[in-house]
Amino acid sequence: MTEIAETPPIEMLSTGNDRWRRALFRFRQSKLSMLGAAMVAVVLFFTLFGTVLAPYPEHVAGGVATADRFLPPSAAHPFGTNELGQDVLSLVMAGTTVSVLAGFGVVLIGTVIGTLVGGIAGFVGSWTDEVLMRLTDLTLTIPGLILAMAIAAALGPGFTNMVIAISLSWWPGYARLVRGEVLAAREEVYVTAARAIGASPARILFRHILPNTVSPIIVKMSLDMGFAILTVAGLGFIGIGVRPPTPEWGTLLSLSRAYMPDYWWTAMAPGMAMFLAVFGFNLLGDGLRDILDPKARR
Amino acid sequence: MLYFILRRCVMLIPVLIGLTLVMFAIARLLPGDPVGLAAGPNATQEEIAALAREFGLDKPIWVQYANYVGGLLQGDLGTSLLTRRPVAADIAAFLPATLELVIAAMTIAVVVGIPLGLVTAVWRNRWPDYVSQVLAIGAISMPRFFLGLLLQLCFAMWLMWLPLGGRLPIIVFPPPTVTGFLTIDTLIAGDLEAFWTALRHLAMPAIAMSLSPLATIMRMMRASTIEVMNQDYVMTARALGLPRGKIILKYVARNAVSATLTVIGLYFGWLLGGTVLVETVFDWPGLGLYATKAIISQDMMPVIGVALVIGLLFVVANLIIDLAYGVINPKVRYS
Repeated sequence: MTEIAETPPIEMLSTGNDRWRRALFRFRQSKLSMLGAAMVAVVLFFTLFGTVLAPYPEHVAGGVATADRFLPPSAAHPFGTNELGQDVLSLVMAGTTVSVLAGFGVVLIGTVIGTLVGGIAGFVGSWTDEVLMRLTDLTLTIPGLILAMAIAAALGPGFTNMVIAISLSWWPGYARLVRGEVLAAREEVYVTAARAIGASPARILFRHILPNTVSPIIVKMSLDMGFAILTVAGLGFIGIGVRPPTPEWGTLLSLSRAYMPDYWWTAMAPGMAMFLAVFGFNLLGDGLRDILDPKARR
Repeated sequence: MLYFILRRCVMLIPVLIGLTLVMFAIARLLPGDPVGLAAGPNATQEEIAALAREFGLDKPIWVQYANYVGGLLQGDLGTSLLTRRPVAADIAAFLPATLELVIAAMTIAVVVGIPLGLVTAVWRNRWPDYVSQVLAIGAISMPRFFLGLLLQLCFAMWLMWLPLGGRLPIIVFPPPTVTGFLTIDTLIAGDLEAFWTALRHLAMPAIAMSLSPLATIMRMMRASTIEVMNQDYVMTARALGLPRGKIILKYVARNAVSATLTVIGLYFGWLLGGTVLVETVFDWPGLGLYATKAIISQDMMPVIGVALVIGLLFVVANLIIDLAYGVINPKVRYS
């Protein structure tokens, strides 16, 4: 690693952004984090352009080519074709969009609900805190996957319904995290100062306290992205969630189960795509935690 | 200690009430037409209304809830709309399979994960440590259902070493039920051949379930071992010239395990609710498969029942872990 030249000059370290600069420097030092970031970049690229770049866009749209059923991997079809003669690579590339956007939606909604609940609980305190945190603990005891499956089945198939269903079991972790951070920040001098100049409680919470709890939230979000993608795929695998012909990794894998072991290639591409995407997000999240959360650093 | 257990048991009551309230609200307030689904596509309006009346679904929701809680106090978890079987009996039949799977997976995870964590911590920042760290993140990232599928493909379809799925083939006469765990019941019955068959059926689903808790336990154990190794008393022991193996096994391991226990407890509950996918892949007749079938037909009573039982087991598992703390680390006092 020859990143030493990137060390910011001393005078820059004293500016407001020095914490982030140092974090970025340390992040670049870790090969695994950089690998994770690169993998995530590839995943995000396919999320945006997977459908456009797919070699057989007509298959992504639901077209079939029954003459080409179950072709093994070849130059024309690197991951073979499925039971409808569709190019597996094209379906998996396009499937990135649904899987990653759904995962991102789940984490985002979970974070917003959790931050609101945890922030209000920690800031207001007393019985509000008690009620909100008991509700949080309660949601944690309900098995998340079963809760998400039940809600998704009741709401009916579709992308939005699936994201809502999973988000409703996703927020308690954030509520606990944010409450802890807010409880600690509440006693800081800058909060007293803001109160002294007459800032409203809402302003203190949203403009002063919550912005200071951002880094642990970002770490948790990046660590959660992989699991959210897995949960989305799991719902698809069971048959709740996005329906074909919309390509989705879990659904593709579940459809391929019926054609094992003779047509094993139909399972490889969706399975490996899932694994690699989650692996990338987990490596990145791990790296971010090491640099942004000094308490967890070893 | 008895007071501690009693107090924790009393604290269970509001949790259970809350669980029933939340699950009941989800089951009844969300859109969807469970009665219509259960009655079948050709049912007339009168038949649907009759079915709703039979199950008390025409009453206001708070009356339904009161009836449910009344039944719950007598151990009645309601009746499935679809099969008309009592949910409590179904859960009693399917729970042992899930518990056997989860306990087997956790056993693998603990037995392999804790020594691995200890070893990688001792070899910290050398290549075995780096390799195992990357492998651990990989293991956590592996979708359990894809891993299950790969195992099936490899060991059941190509090598044909292990059965594809299920708990016991139909041709094997099941042992008399004592614990509901087939591996234990066959041993009690003294039927070694059936025991071997049951174990072979359990192997792949248990391995597929165990990989991610194994990696997490290993990482936790590594982190807590490193922390303990920096403590003064370890340095003292080293200064006194105690053998390295003795320091690690006697002083470090024991203290490091207690920090890892919390993760084990959390994972146990998490796995109980997360068997759904592995049970689907391996056709393992447990709670997850039961709940999935009920969910797909929007038959809510079994779903509420399963959520309740898993929630209860989750809380109990964490209580046991809290008690285990005191056994491993006498400094912990129950309060």
